[in-house]
Formats: sequence, structure tokens, C-alpha cells
Amino acid sequence: MTRFLPKTFWQLVFAALMAASAYVTFVRFYHGLGSSTNLNDQFPWGLWIGFDVLCGVGLAAGGFTLAATVHIFHLERFKPIVRPAILTAFIGYLLVIVALMFDLGQPWRIWHPLIMWNPRSVMFEVGWCVTLYTTVLALEFAPVVLERFGLRKPLRILKSVMLPLVIAGVLLSTLHQSSLGSLYLIMPHKLSPLWYSPLLPILFYISAIGVGLAMTIFESYHSSRAFGRQLEFPLVKRLSEVLAVVLAFYLALRLVDMKSRGAFQLLESPGIERWLFGLEMVLMALPMLLLFREKIRNQPRAIYWCSVSYLMGFMAHRMNVAITGIESASGVRYTPKWMEVVITLGLIALGFAVFRWVTALLPIFSDEEERPSIAIKVKPMPVRNDAFQTVAPVR
Amino acid sequence: MARAILYDSTRCVGCRECEKACSSRWGLPYDELIAAEEKVSVKKLVTIRTHGERFSRKSCMHCQDPACVSVCPVGAFTKTAAGPVVYDGTKCMGCRYCMAACPFQAPAYDWNSRLPKVSKCDLCSDRAAAGKPTRCSESCPAEATITGDRDDLVREARKRMAENPGQYVDKIYGLQEVGGTSVLMLSGVPFDQIGYRTDLPVRALPGYTWDVLKHIPDTVTVGSVMLSGIYWLTARRQKVAEAEGDGARGFRKGVRS
Repeated sequence: MTRFLPKTFWQLVFAALMAASAYVTFVRFYHGLGSSTNLNDQFPWGLWIGFDVLCGVGLAAGGFTLAATVHIFHLERFKPIVRPAILTAFIGYLLVIVALMFDLGQPWRIWHPLIMWNPRSVMFEVGWCVTLYTTVLALEFAPVVLERFGLRKPLRILKSVMLPLVIAGVLLSTLHQSSLGSLYLIMPHKLSPLWYSPLLPILFYISAIGVGLAMTIFESYHSSRAFGRQLEFPLVKRLSEVLAVVLAFYLALRLVDMKSRGAFQLLESPGIERWLFGLEMVLMALPMLLLFREKIRNQPRAIYWCSVSYLMGFMAHRMNVAITGIESASGVRYTPKWMEVVITLGLIALGFAVFRWVTALLPIFSDEEERPSIAIKVKPMPVRNDAFQTVAPVR
Repeated sequence: MARAILYDSTRCVGCRECEKACSSRWGLPYDELIAAEEKVSVKKLVTIRTHGERFSRKSCMHCQDPACVSVCPVGAFTKTAAGPVVYDGTKCMGCRYCMAACPFQAPAYDWNSRLPKVSKCDLCSDRAAAGKPTRCSESCPAEATITGDRDDLVREARKRMAENPGQYVDKIYGLQEVGGTSVLMLSGVPFDQIGYRTDLPVRALPGYTWDVLKHIPDTVTVGSVMLSGIYWLTARRQKVAEAEGDGARGFRKGVRS
């Protein structure tokens, strides 16, 4: 029995978060959203939508980015990181669905959009895409489980449909990563011009691709610390180069768009908005500028921190759209209740725990023993352990 | 005939009889405390707000092309041909996109319920069938709120403005806002002084979304063709490279083998 008791500091934090989340879950479902959140008629979407859904879906973008890179663009050298990326995406989407179960007023009706159609609704599209893409992710991830248990026949069937699955996955992700931005198109009157733009869907999409790259770098670094397995450094370096280009493109589009709408004059008015806007911009521009330097790209630790900075900038952008921009334009104030924060932190902790647990049980980082998937002839990748060694010695 | 309401702020005396009548129709309790809350909520679906000597009315505006109808993922809202925007609580899953999208903050949520639903005015759509006016108009002692056909009410509003020069600002609120609404307002002072948003676009809001959503079928078609094409091309390039031996693999410079 005692072996299930928390021992390390982080296990203790995890146990405490889970206990608090259990209490909040009771309050949420027994007493309703009014008792568990600071939402009201003037501010109906809060932390759970702004962070758990908008950031959560974005942070899971590595799944489609890498599936496309390896399975469609045939950049095989990235193959070793497809599985961790798909696992992250799968866990991410499942957590987004859990978060929605807390946020929806009547979550047991979450299937309603599947039969009660309204194709004019962005939310309808998001609902369908999330449902379908979670299914695609489950199927993209299934080979790992099938391999583990040596089920060759279903594995063969699955691999024969992998290409259409990957294509469907990329399209579905494209549609709903951008649609999360489209959600706000109908609120030109409620979202500050610092964030409202007809280009929101495109900005959401490009920034999600950036997150796909940054999350891969982030995960690779952490799995090297936790499991002694990591990506070859040249691959990390290559990802960081692409990230710099994606960021440059995103920032150029964002700034040109703001200029054309005359949104910069808003920065002259006092208030918290301009600082939060500045924070978002700095967190994104800094890693871009740094990553364009060869000297920086030669240091694993610098690449890691650049990715972290961008991930924070990305989250700042989503939170600014969902909360800061709405607050400033509709003149309402919202601070999440502690119960909202507990659920959000609890879901993040759960995500980390499930990722560790699954990677311990299933061959996520090891090379595929089975025959290669979809017509790709895989040369076994030489295992190099010195990738992030300067930062994290392999245990 | 499209049912609509005309509210004339210059006639309103702030007696709140409309609030009381509306609450009784919905079976909601009404008392002094609720009367003092000058906002639309699950407790009352229409409210009169005080601005010094003047009054304004807040409730669902029954837009001609409503944001709530377009955003609801389950189609719980319908703009009926007769005018009212009605809500079907049995479909609603509680995503509250209607509340986020509504330019008038009309839908209210039952935050403390375990089975929460949205509440909003339905322009007494059941009474419309019987040809009866809304309860709020019926109960108004000053005829500040009247029910009628939208076109007739626009004519009536213009007539009042023409017959009483100087008494009204030269604007019918709701005629053009977000593509027009089925609740029209008249005022003696500029509308932003009595709590109405005058910065709303003239364009109906669903169009802003549709500009993007209409591209989805094309995106899917072009996207799948493009992705399949890239797959085929890169697969072929790889085959060629392998056939030609390692010497021709310059493009894969990242691979060490």
C-alpha cells in the first residue's frame, strides 16, 4: 500500500493537486458553475476556455506538424520524434475534452453537435474537428499499443490506411487550429483591436505550427532528462531554424495587419492591455531574433529556452485574445476563481503524469521493431546519446 | 408581418410594470430587490435602466440576422419568420458562445443551476399566434413600449420624429445596428448617453464568420490534393535517390548513416 504514497516533492504536488481537483469537481457538478467559477453573464468564457482549450489545442499542434513532416514530406530523419509528438497531441486533446466537460453547462450533451447540425457555427466545426481528430490521433497512436502486444494483423490493416489518416489529421488540424481564431471573428465589438483581426484564423494557424516545433524541442529536452533518450542535436537545431522562420513570418503578418488597421494608436492609451500586448510580443520576438544567430543555435540550452519563451508568448497571445482583449473592449473585469486555477493546474499535472506513465510502459522513444509504416524504408537511426548531454547527463 | 417592438424612451416613466408583467409570464418571482437590479439576468428578461431623468430598456433585440442563431453549435436558436428569436433549451449543451457573441449581452445563464439553461426574451411568441401584443407592451401604462409589424413601427417612429421636432435625436436605434433588429428604440438624447452601444457595425455579425467558414470546402479539397501530391513527389524523389545510390542524396544532408 505504501508504495502508492507520494515520495518526491513533485509527487506530493501532484497528489495535492489531484485532491484539490477532486473537491472542485464536486463543487462544480453539485453546486454549478456559479460556485466554482467567477464567470457571469457579462464574461461567459474564462480561464477554462482561454487556457485549457485555446492553449491546450495549440500546445498539441506538434502531432500534426510532425506527422506531416515525416509521413507526407518524407523528412525521415524526424521519425524518432513522431511518436512522442503524437502521444503529446493525443493526451492534449483528451485533456481539452476533459476541460470542456467542466466548462460546458450540460457536458453530458457534448455529443449534441454531432446530430444537431448548424454548419454556420464555428463552434460546430470545432466540435466536429476535435471529435474526428481525436479519433485520428487514437488511430495514429494505436500502432504503438499493437506493437507492444504483438498484434500483427490489426497493425497491418492500420498501416495500410495510415496515409489517408495522416492527411485527414493534417486537414482537420488546419481547420480547427484556425477555427479557434475564427471563434472571435463574430466579436468585432467585444475584442480589442489590439487582438481582433479578420486574419485571426491565419494567425492562430501559423502560431500553432510554431508551437508544434517548439513543443517538440521542449519535449525532447525533457525526455532526455527523464529517460536518457533524446533527439539528435542536428535535428533539434534544424527544428529551431524552422521555428525562427515561422516566427518571423507570424510576427511580420501580425504587425503589418495591426498597422493596416491602425491598431498601434491603442498602445498610447494607458492601461494593462499595452503591457500584456508588449509581453506577448517580446516573448515571441526575442526567441526569433536569437534563433537567427548561428551562435545561439549551436547551444542546446539556448534553443530550449528560446522554445520556452515562444511557448509562453503563444500562451500570452491566446490568453490576451480570450481574456485581456475581451475585458478591455467590453469593460468587464474577470479574475479566475481559485477553483478554476486548480482544475487548470490539475489538468496540466495530469498531462505530465500520463505522458511519463505511457512512455514508461510503451515503446515511445525506441525505434520501431516492426516493418516500417506507409512505404517508407527506414534506415535504423544511429543512437547518439550526446545530444543534450552538455545540459543533461543521461542517467 | 414581422413582429417587433418599439420602445420610446421619451415616454417611459420607469414604473417597471413591463418587468413585472414579463416575470409573471415566465413564472419568475418579482420583488423590490429584483426590481432594483437594473440588468437582464435569469431573474428578469427585460429591464428598465435609469439614467438620471431618462430611462432605457434592455432585453433581447431580436436581430434580423442574429449572432446567437449563427454561432450556436447545436442550432438551439431560431429566428422565426414571424420575428422573434426563440431558444430551445433541450438542445443546448451550455457552451455559452451565444452569450460571448451577442452584441447586446442579452442571453443570461442560470449559473447556479445543476441543469443550466439560457434565458432570454422570446417576444411572447406564443401570444403572437393569438394576435396579442407582448406582455411588456400590454402592461405599459405610458405606451412607451408597443408591439406591431416592424415596417409599421418604423413608420410610426418616423411620424413621431416628424411631428415633434426637437424632441427626438434623429436616429431609430435598431434600424441598422448589426443588420437591423426587431426591437426599435427612440430617444431624446444621443443613445450612448442612455447606455446603448453606438459603435456597433451596420453589417450583420454572422457575415464576419461566414467570410472564413465558406472557404472550408475549398480548403479541404485543395488541401487533400496538395498533401497527396507532396506525399507522392517526396516519395518518388526518395526512390530515385535510393536507386541512384548514396551519391545523389545531397538533399538529405541532415542524415548521418
